[in-house]
Amino acid sequence: MAKKLESSVKNMILCLFFISLFMSAALGFVYQATKGPIAETQKKAEIDALKNVLPKFDNDPTTEAKEIEGLTYYIAKSGEKAVGCAVKTFTTKAFSGRFDLMVGFKVDGTINSIAVLTQKETPGLGDKMKTKWKDQFNGKNPKDFKMTVKKDGGEVDAISASTITSRAFCDATQKAYDGYMKNYEKQLNTGGNDE
Amino acid sequence: MSNLKFLTNGLLKENPTFVIVLGTCPTLAVTTAAFNGIGMGAATTFVLIFSNLFISLLKNFIPDKVRIAAFIVIIATFVTIVDLSMKAYFPDIYKTLGIFIPLIVVNCIILGRAEAFAQKNNVIASILDGIGMGLGFTLAITLMGAIRELIGNGSIFDIKLVAENTKTILLFILPPGAFLTYGYLIAIVNKLRAKN
Repeated sequence: MAKKLESSVKNMILCLFFISLFMSAALGFVYQATKGPIAETQKKAEIDALKNVLPKFDNDPTTEAKEIEGLTYYIAKSGEKAVGCAVKTFTTKAFSGRFDLMVGFKVDGTINSIAVLTQKETPGLGDKMKTKWKDQFNGKNPKDFKMTVKKDGGEVDAISASTITSRAFCDATQKAYDGYMKNYEKQLNTGGNDE
Repeated sequence: MSNLKFLTNGLLKENPTFVIVLGTCPTLAVTTAAFNGIGMGAATTFVLIFSNLFISLLKNFIPDKVRIAAFIVIIATFVTIVDLSMKAYFPDIYKTLGIFIPLIVVNCIILGRAEAFAQKNNVIASILDGIGMGLGFTLAITLMGAIRELIGNGSIFDIKLVAENTKTILLFILPPGAFLTYGYLIAIVNKLRAKN
């Protein structure tokens, strides 16, 4: 067997130099090869979430997505007519910090459906918000649906043993609604009346 | 043959999780479901095989004083490759394992095998050791995931075995359950080994 290289300064520098060079070349190659597929899967996940929360649409809402004050707005159109708006919203009041939701609104501000994008709530407790619990929001208009949990005098059934998560969920949804009403409601509704 | 011994070593006799007790961070953190165990195990096995392979190939060119730095560069490269490919081709598993994939870099099993095995043995033995240790790790965390998922969630590999609203022992999904399960499994494996 060949003798091990001596730990001289020259040897150490050369060894680390070549290993780093070789490994970063390999990484650059892998990065290039996976860049396309990663962007594709992310876009697909985004569109799937939009399809779940919005009424039927036939444009690509991701091309005109717009970010205002931290929330991202996606306008869905069927033909020329706007049919709804999805808002990517978040809350920082959750049990384990933050989670992200996609809330789909019809043009008048009625909630169509909500999808959970990322969350790290307690498995078996807070993460029940992914189940049909969130369907209680569907078809409700926050204008006449008080969006706080019953414990706080609202109309939302909290997840048992997960009031903090439920409150955070309401917070994120309310934020999406307020943002939509402020920035888009008028614009989309006038657009609809013109036709 | 003696080479075969390297392969089976990792399964029970020197199981990295239950006997050597290395890499406990992913063992405790990702085993909330059996399927996570398989995903994490596969990722770790891949890194283990390739880092063992490269380190045993390069062992004579790496001066002793900088060996740890060189090993970590090699390991980190393969971890990043796994990280990127998982993100591209298995987004669902990536979503659940998330942060724990980059953390494979500091998984002691990998550096441990590099230091204790790959730098002293030839290429074939090192690859076999990587496969054996990887399989041992995968088996161990999948078993743990299965137990925790079964008791804590009433399901196994996402197949529900109990009725919708049945109360299950949630504790096993939560962090303390990881320690409980781990402790009992180590005790059982020790008992089994003592008999042999």
